[in-house]
Amino acid sequence: MTVESTAARSKPRRSSGKRTTTSGARKRSQSAARPELVQLLTPEGERVEHPDYSLDLTPDELRGLYRDMVLTRRFDAEATALQRQGELGLWASLLGQEAAQIGSGRALRDDDYVFPTYREHGVAWCRGVDPTNLLGMFRGVNNGGWDPNSNNFHLYTIVIGSQALHATGYAMGVAKDGADSAVIAYFGDGASSQGDVAEAFTFSAVYNAPVVFFCQNNQWAISEPTERQSRVPIYQRAAGFGFPGVRVDGNDVLAVLAVTRAALERARAGEGPTLVEAFTYRMGAHTTSDDPTRYRKDAEREEWEAKDPILRLRTYLEKEGLIDADWLAGLDQESDALALRVREAIRTMPDPDTMAIFENVYADGHALVDEERAQFAEYLASFADEEGR
Amino acid sequence: MANTKMPMAKALNESLRKALETDPKVLIMGEDVGKLGGVFRITDGLQKDFGEDRVIDTPLAESGIVGTAIGMALRGYRPVVEIQFDGFVFPAYDQIVTQLAKMHARALGKVKLPVVVRIPYGGGIGAVEHHSESPEALFAHVAGLKCVSPSNASDAYWMMQQAIACDDPVIFFEPKRRYWDKGEVDTEAIPGPLHRAVVAREGTDLTLAAYGPMVKTCLEAAAAAEEEGRSLEVLDLRSMSPVDFDAIQASVEKTRRLVVVHEAPVFLGTGSEIAARITERCFYHLEAPVLRVGGFHAPYPPARLEDEYLPNLDRVLDAVDRALAY
Repeated sequence: MTVESTAARSKPRRSSGKRTTTSGARKRSQSAARPELVQLLTPEGERVEHPDYSLDLTPDELRGLYRDMVLTRRFDAEATALQRQGELGLWASLLGQEAAQIGSGRALRDDDYVFPTYREHGVAWCRGVDPTNLLGMFRGVNNGGWDPNSNNFHLYTIVIGSQALHATGYAMGVAKDGADSAVIAYFGDGASSQGDVAEAFTFSAVYNAPVVFFCQNNQWAISEPTERQSRVPIYQRAAGFGFPGVRVDGNDVLAVLAVTRAALERARAGEGPTLVEAFTYRMGAHTTSDDPTRYRKDAEREEWEAKDPILRLRTYLEKEGLIDADWLAGLDQESDALALRVREAIRTMPDPDTMAIFENVYADGHALVDEERAQFAEYLASFADEEGR
Repeated sequence: MANTKMPMAKALNESLRKALETDPKVLIMGEDVGKLGGVFRITDGLQKDFGEDRVIDTPLAESGIVGTAIGMALRGYRPVVEIQFDGFVFPAYDQIVTQLAKMHARALGKVKLPVVVRIPYGGGIGAVEHHSESPEALFAHVAGLKCVSPSNASDAYWMMQQAIACDDPVIFFEPKRRYWDKGEVDTEAIPGPLHRAVVAREGTDLTLAAYGPMVKTCLEAAAAAEEEGRSLEVLDLRSMSPVDFDAIQASVEKTRRLVVVHEAPVFLGTGSEIAARITERCFYHLEAPVLRVGGFHAPYPPARLEDEYLPNLDRVLDAVDRALAY
């Protein structure tokens, strides 16, 4: 099955289908790592209640979230392998952040607009962006490679935090148009130190822009821990700008979905921005060029492995009898098929034509580009003449 | 009001007004552009007539202004952004260089960035530090940006119209010391292409190439040279990216000598690129090396020294003498 056939891209249902949980099966969370952490599913796979955030999903929706996370992880692992095989120049793995990305991605409506960093492969999946499109820039055949307006998913942004301002401006435009869409800006704990993110907070607050700032605090900005970025929990920064901030268990797909959905609804209702801090963990390296053994201990990773976002949902689904061995085997096959499709697509992805250097530099043309294009074409042609002689 | 005499500042104001009237997607954003009308009053009265939603006073954060303008453009708007002074553009430099300039190419042409960044630039008004600089080469160097600078009221009116209509980002350098110079503006004229140079004064002995504030200085130099029996051609380049090299070449093939004049430091400035390219194009026509007159490799000086620092009639004529001595 391909991503195009994923049905769950539409607006999530709120009040239909069979409920999978009963109030009796739930209890208030006793195991939240921090008192302020919003959690609906414990690392042990236990469904818990939160006073501010409720969530009722159908079995199909729950299985859909699990499927999304598994396929995203499989795609990500395949991309890492393709980098190791020399097919990609670089890969930025999302390993460990699947719940943060799928939970928030599935909270979006089609008409919402996403401004990602370069690690939002799970969000891209939710938006229906073909996974192979994501690989072009990492292979080095383009610097972006998809039409942002096809899926309301902007290009990956590599300069840290820049996209927070684009999201804010886009949201100002949405409000100006009188639309009830919302905009979501992804960034990380490191980006929270960037001036552009602070300016985006300021602009969005004073213009009451319908934007959700979704910070995946994965604990590490390459080698620097979050303590090097902030002396207060990141979500608390929102208060100083005049809008709410909330910290959610970023490895709990249900809580992320509920919290992001509420923030998006708030934006749609004209109540302005929200900062969501998804407390998660980068299980892998920053990128395939990074070596985390130089700056962090294995024990830390092991501690977070126990909070794995996929494992906890699987435990819950199995316990509730919502999935069985056949269903899981089917998903395994689907994962392998996806990996195969990606592998084949990347291995046959052609290098761009040399003259693509000069394409799309300007929309309305530029005399210097025209001149240099002609000169370079002539230069290249001079070799062809020699070969032809 | 087909043909009216007005200062450049008023011509810019009228041009922005017309753009707001004719295209509902045009927005003006910047610090103090609303009630105050901008520190130079270029946006005077526009917020009153078009509302706070279209003439937007922004927080005091230049990166934020340009970054949100990019987002607005992605949503289909055509923001015209005001940077209050040349020296204050640098907080936005990252957004302009890494995002605004490259986004069309990164999207393989699928999105357009019709953003105009207005920058009042240059010296000559006795201002304090950071208020008199000419950073145009830092923008002209960046692929994806277009850079223009009008020298008179009519060009200010029409080039602003064309910059706003352009689907590429345009850095619009306004020569602030010429804001109050009056000129005829024909609002029903048919303007020439935005990036085409024009001959501001015909001559036969040497070409002076300039843009923005230095065109007037060069015209004065040409008038003074005429009294000494020298015929100088003055070329108003109007655009620093792209540069109309064809027009310069045509002029140099006639006059065989070229002096490029700008306020910006000469080192790696617009004049350096023109000198290099014209040397390539006109090697057998040139009777003298291409000379440059401009600022020094030093910070823009305090106001009491700017009359000495800035190219003036004497410094232009000194270069003319040197070029003619070959």
